[in-house]
Amino acid sequence: MGTIPCRTAITDALVEEGKKNKDLFVVTSDARGSVTLEKYADLLPDQFVEVGIAEQNAVGIGAGLALAGKKVFVCGPACFYSARALEQLKVDVAYSEASVKVIGVSGGVSYGALGSTHHSLHDIAAIRTFPGLNVYLPSDRHQSAWLTRHLVDSDESAYVRVGRNAVPDIYTEHDLFEAGKASILRRGRDIALIAAGETVYHALHAAELLEKEGFQASVIDMYCIKPIDEETILEAARNNSCMLTVEEHSIFGGLGAAVSEIISQKHPTLLKILGIPDENAIHARPLEVFSHYQMDGPGIYKNAKSLILSLKQ
Amino acid sequence: MSSVDILVSLYFEVMNIDPENPDMEGRDRFILSKGHSVESYHAVLSKRGFFSEKVLDTYGDYNSILAGHPTRKVPGIEVNSGALGHGLSVGVGMALAAKRSGSGCRAFILMGDGEHGEGSIMEAAAAAGHYHLDNLVAIIDRNGLQISGKTEDVMRIENLEAKYLACGWSVRTCNGHDMDELKKSFNHAPFEKGKPSLLIAHTVKGKGVSFMEDKASWHHKVPSAEELDLALDELDLKLNKK
Repeated sequence: MGTIPCRTAITDALVEEGKKNKDLFVVTSDARGSVTLEKYADLLPDQFVEVGIAEQNAVGIGAGLALAGKKVFVCGPACFYSARALEQLKVDVAYSEASVKVIGVSGGVSYGALGSTHHSLHDIAAIRTFPGLNVYLPSDRHQSAWLTRHLVDSDESAYVRVGRNAVPDIYTEHDLFEAGKASILRRGRDIALIAAGETVYHALHAAELLEKEGFQASVIDMYCIKPIDEETILEAARNNSCMLTVEEHSIFGGLGAAVSEIISQKHPTLLKILGIPDENAIHARPLEVFSHYQMDGPGIYKNAKSLILSLKQ
Repeated sequence: MSSVDILVSLYFEVMNIDPENPDMEGRDRFILSKGHSVESYHAVLSKRGFFSEKVLDTYGDYNSILAGHPTRKVPGIEVNSGALGHGLSVGVGMALAAKRSGSGCRAFILMGDGEHGEGSIMEAAAAAGHYHLDNLVAIIDRNGLQISGKTEDVMRIENLEAKYLACGWSVRTCNGHDMDELKKSFNHAPFEKGKPSLLIAHTVKGKGVSFMEDKASWHHKVPSAEELDLALDELDLKLNKK
């Protein structure tokens, strides 16, 4: 397993960048513990704004700071920022074109046992429709740290969703990333597995299981869901017999839908969308939720294999 | 029309702005949180020199910069608004940025009274008090009416003064159509050092046109050609008398 959660990699990067740039501001809503912002608040109090339990206010204040020239990261639980503060994201950030970066932590089913109030399984679908608001789901600590540094330097508006727990490393600290470019982790021919965030590790596991049976899977880390890497998706569609997306999100409107929007119009390819079906997700530990909905390695393997075999019948 | 005198006071007598350079460093910021009063806002900005008066005739047209609510496409407008209950939070961000940078600029936020049905305003009011933003001035256009009728009949919002005092503000009231009172009030801001200021401006909806005054039905009604002529005649008469 990796050593630190993505949220900690992000806040470590914010501390380093904040020391260099006094215009870097972090806003939070009584979430400095869950985001791991204690160090930032202690070291850079003049660049830290606590608003209490008030996510709408946090995003509105963030937009005001940004419109006054600050580089703003608003950080807190993804479930609240992507729902209660949705109108502030739509109006104050996207419509007013305020360069605010919202870091949604403990996203998806990180708070698995706490119930649907604390799940964020709608956020990609809702937020990627807001003009100019980009959506990222980094898959490990190294990619999270790089993305944070990239966003500090970028004038874009963005929503970044990461999980609560430490996840296995996908990359090393030496790996290089390109903004808007997905990472191709394996190249196969039978099926392309496209994942984002915490499902990337499970997709890699599934590819190993498939390989044992002679199936070659491509694995793509689509950390940038918006703007999405269309070129890599089309290349995967051309080079593989079928595709499978897996996301810690509703099967409606998320990664699968974004991939489908491209291939259905430009290179029709058989596609399976794995995620949470149209129901309130079960209450359990995150990995148990993944397993229940076949979003873990064995579940992805099973769905991928049956998709490949369906083409051979 | 209830807010036009407040806007004139701010843009012609109070705020540090430059129509020739709308993005001037250190300028005061204004947010029309009650974005539906945009027609008055456009007229005042144009008169102040932010854009030509001819542009006013394109209001609502295809590709016009003037929409039915404020947008940053219009020179001088700082933030897009129209969804109620947002402006004060954004203003707190702007005032906080100025405080932390020591830039000395102020933030003025004009809100409606009916708008106070939106609870997010109280989140922003708490933050403004908590951070001692004495460079922030909020104004409530207290015309007493909203779309469905009297504010107190639709949903009680009083006691506004007590609510803001509880959040650590300093509060004053004035006649929102008396230019001297408005100017004096703004010039006294901050009303108390270390506290954000609230000016409750008592106003009349439809001010200046007898058949529109104090009538909720004129909240967003479009006058007929005949009513428009009548209204313009009344306003001309008043202006000529002065």
